[in-house]
Amino acid sequence: MITIQVNGSPRQIDLEPDTPLLWVLRDVIGLTGTKFGCGIAQCGACTVHIDGKPMRSCSVPIGALNGAKVTTIEGLSPDNSHPVQRAWIAEDVPQCGYCQSGQIMAAAAFLKEFPSPTDADIDANITNICRCGTYERLRRAIHRAADMMKA
Amino acid sequence: MHGTHVTPTVSRRHFILTAATAAGGFMIGIGAPRAAHAGTVPAQPWNDDNGYAPNEIDAWIAIDPDDSILIRYQRSEMGQGSMTALPMMITEELQCDWSKVRIEYASANRNIREKKVYGAMFSHGSQSVRASQKMMQQVGASARERLIAAAAARWNVPASECSAAQSVVTHKPSGQSLRYGELAADAAKITLSAEPAIKTPAQFTFIPRPLPRVDVVHKTDGSAKFGMDAQVPGMVFAAITACPVPGGKLKSVDESVLAGAPGILKVVKLDNAVAVVATDTYWRAKRALSRLQPEWDTGEAGKVDSEQLSKMYRAALDEPMQTARNDGNVDQAFSGGAKTFEAIYETPYLSHSPMEPMNATVNLQPDRLDVWVGTQDAGEALEAAAKASGLQPEQVYVHNGFIGGGFGRRDANDEVKQAIAIAKAVQRPVKLVWTREEDTRQDKFRPHAVVAFKAATGPDGLPTAWSMRVVTSSILASVGVKLPPGKIEPQTVAGLADNGYNVPNMRVQSLVKNTHLPVWFWRAPGVNQHTFAIESFLDEMAVANGIDPYQMRRKLLANKPDWLKVLDAAAEKGDWGKPLPQGSGRGIAICTDCDSLCAEVAEVTVKPDGQVKVNRVTVALDTRYMVNPLTIAEQAEGSVIYNLSAALYGKITIKDGAAVQGNFDTYRMVRLAEAPKIDVYLMPSGGKVWGGAGEPATPPIAAAVANAIFAATGKRLRSLPISDHDLSSGSA
Repeated sequence: MITIQVNGSPRQIDLEPDTPLLWVLRDVIGLTGTKFGCGIAQCGACTVHIDGKPMRSCSVPIGALNGAKVTTIEGLSPDNSHPVQRAWIAEDVPQCGYCQSGQIMAAAAFLKEFPSPTDADIDANITNICRCGTYERLRRAIHRAADMMKA
Repeated sequence: MHGTHVTPTVSRRHFILTAATAAGGFMIGIGAPRAAHAGTVPAQPWNDDNGYAPNEIDAWIAIDPDDSILIRYQRSEMGQGSMTALPMMITEELQCDWSKVRIEYASANRNIREKKVYGAMFSHGSQSVRASQKMMQQVGASARERLIAAAAARWNVPASECSAAQSVVTHKPSGQSLRYGELAADAAKITLSAEPAIKTPAQFTFIPRPLPRVDVVHKTDGSAKFGMDAQVPGMVFAAITACPVPGGKLKSVDESVLAGAPGILKVVKLDNAVAVVATDTYWRAKRALSRLQPEWDTGEAGKVDSEQLSKMYRAALDEPMQTARNDGNVDQAFSGGAKTFEAIYETPYLSHSPMEPMNATVNLQPDRLDVWVGTQDAGEALEAAAKASGLQPEQVYVHNGFIGGGFGRRDANDEVKQAIAIAKAVQRPVKLVWTREEDTRQDKFRPHAVVAFKAATGPDGLPTAWSMRVVTSSILASVGVKLPPGKIEPQTVAGLADNGYNVPNMRVQSLVKNTHLPVWFWRAPGVNQHTFAIESFLDEMAVANGIDPYQMRRKLLANKPDWLKVLDAAAEKGDWGKPLPQGSGRGIAICTDCDSLCAEVAEVTVKPDGQVKVNRVTVALDTRYMVNPLTIAEQAEGSVIYNLSAALYGKITIKDGAAVQGNFDTYRMVRLAEAPKIDVYLMPSGGKVWGGAGEPATPPIAAAVANAIFAATGKRLRSLPISDHDLSSGSA
């Protein structure tokens, strides 16, 4: 039995320890905001925060997480009010939207480390794939969120 | 400045849209304020029951006593924004308050039961807006007139003295007014003696208008429900692998390796696939599936590889072909040409690779089937599901989700049929999910194509004769559509036969050579690859004859003012002709697609090691009319990135009959660091037809980049992807 905290609530997980966190979130807990895109940590659609760090949950076994605090897109803010979420809405970033939970979680963690990011910082750190090609709006939204966080 | 710019060529109201500063966001100029409020859609966009609602005026519109308005949307929202645009068209005519509009998917089941009340439900061919425009306007206008008639009857005055605006009907002479919510029940009972005329674009007051998409808020907090997110009580999870060689069959599979494995419900053998069903997580099913070693009967197809296919296509270039276009006398003209050019261009198979891998969730009961799936055609999905299940169409309910990328892939229903077959085997609700590898390899690919050009140029350097011969495979054959004898498949010559160039002698021909590999519509079918070929070859002629490639196009389009307008805009805004540092270059390309026009200029730097960086792309797009310029601009940006991934990296290689590439580590995508700055100039020119928005900006980028690479390096690329070519300095 593994205990993790998901969005502030303790969860007891009775599964093989090599089960990736992604499938615990989606199929066991029912939090479907975190998405499956590739299964090999390539695309980032499954990005969540584990103890504050952005991680690709498709490749994190649940057995490594006893006692860990997991934040998913559903727990980023109670009301879509995180600066990154507000910036995403203001820039009308999502198209199909499937990758955007992961993009937003990646950006939120990134901005903690880079509160005044340059474009080069963004290029080097935001590596999630978006097949709709929302990259430029996404970049603008990251800058906008950084400004909001300072304001 | 980067972002979106609208040239008010046709719009009655002049507005200028610029987005772009680091502060970002749309600054709207004259006349079209960004609404602070917006229409809404539930996070779960499908209707769980039969598709009815209280207070319906008709199948499209329900108005509650509190004035909130439900508008049904019959197409498919896969990121292109038509879930916002279509209700905006209804709103234009209904004269209702957009802030009180909520939207949900129309029911494909109700469409069956009510004689196709919603018409066609598909979203492909960039048709959601343009093919629905008259219908949407009529729906809105009809409801408006019935509301007015209801008010007139209540006041006992002529309807002609009443008018509607912002969800209120007003009787001008007396100043009385009634809200839509007070009139809806009466309006529902009114039948108009004749349908009202719809507005002309000059009469629009609500559109075009850059409005935020209704689905965006749910796509920022994880609540938006995709097909992948369907949750049905008691459902089990299935992973599947189909024969890697399309057309092959399952010979055998040894299930004993899974004997006693916890949580495994069943191994399901299908004709051409094997699936594993797990009780608790998809991952358990996926992992168990990876332990199976199915044997396949692949036949002769199992010996095919890319090299053979390429040779076969090139050899077929000399075979007799069907003719799509034959102007003047090409053969005669060649004899008089000052100079001749010949080149062969080749483009590979491609996977669609939407972010959401293919999936379907089904609940099959004796007298009812529910299907949760992201589909580009809920109507077709329903028919396919009925056939696969053996139920009547009226017993099938398709719950379309938000779609995690379509690009043409999501209307084949292969995943739906598989899920039903598995559900039959396990007698439980099933969620079937394809792995990324399965999604790539079991795709129905963008066709492989080879194009042979021959052209002659006259003393002025312009082409006088031009022959284009294509060998490719048939999308329609994969779909199962048989063309009448003598009819040429449009996709085989799209982007070639419809080129805008004024060349007196021109012949465009194609030959279909089908292989065992199914091919399918891929964003801007045919045009996406043929534009690379024709626009690169034109560049070759321009350069060889000492003519600036942009000016060459200007001369050949001299009698086409609408083509010239987008070409000039792209060139001017893309700084055509301005100096660039060594190792950098600009390329230009233009096409027509879906009745729209698009020109693009790409600015590229090729590093000494051969790495290509596309710095900046300028898009000039004429969709003829617009509903929501914001989403049109987004589609243009996305189209550029989509085909840039293909141009730079995209290739499905065939080995032993099967696709080699699987996941994103081998099938590479453009990421943020590689994404160019994109400026979009929207310049609707009006006219008789509405153009599409989802695809037309896709084709030009490949040629624009390849031509820019030539300008930077002197290397002409006659095949894609670009990453197959050595562009390092010093290389040949």
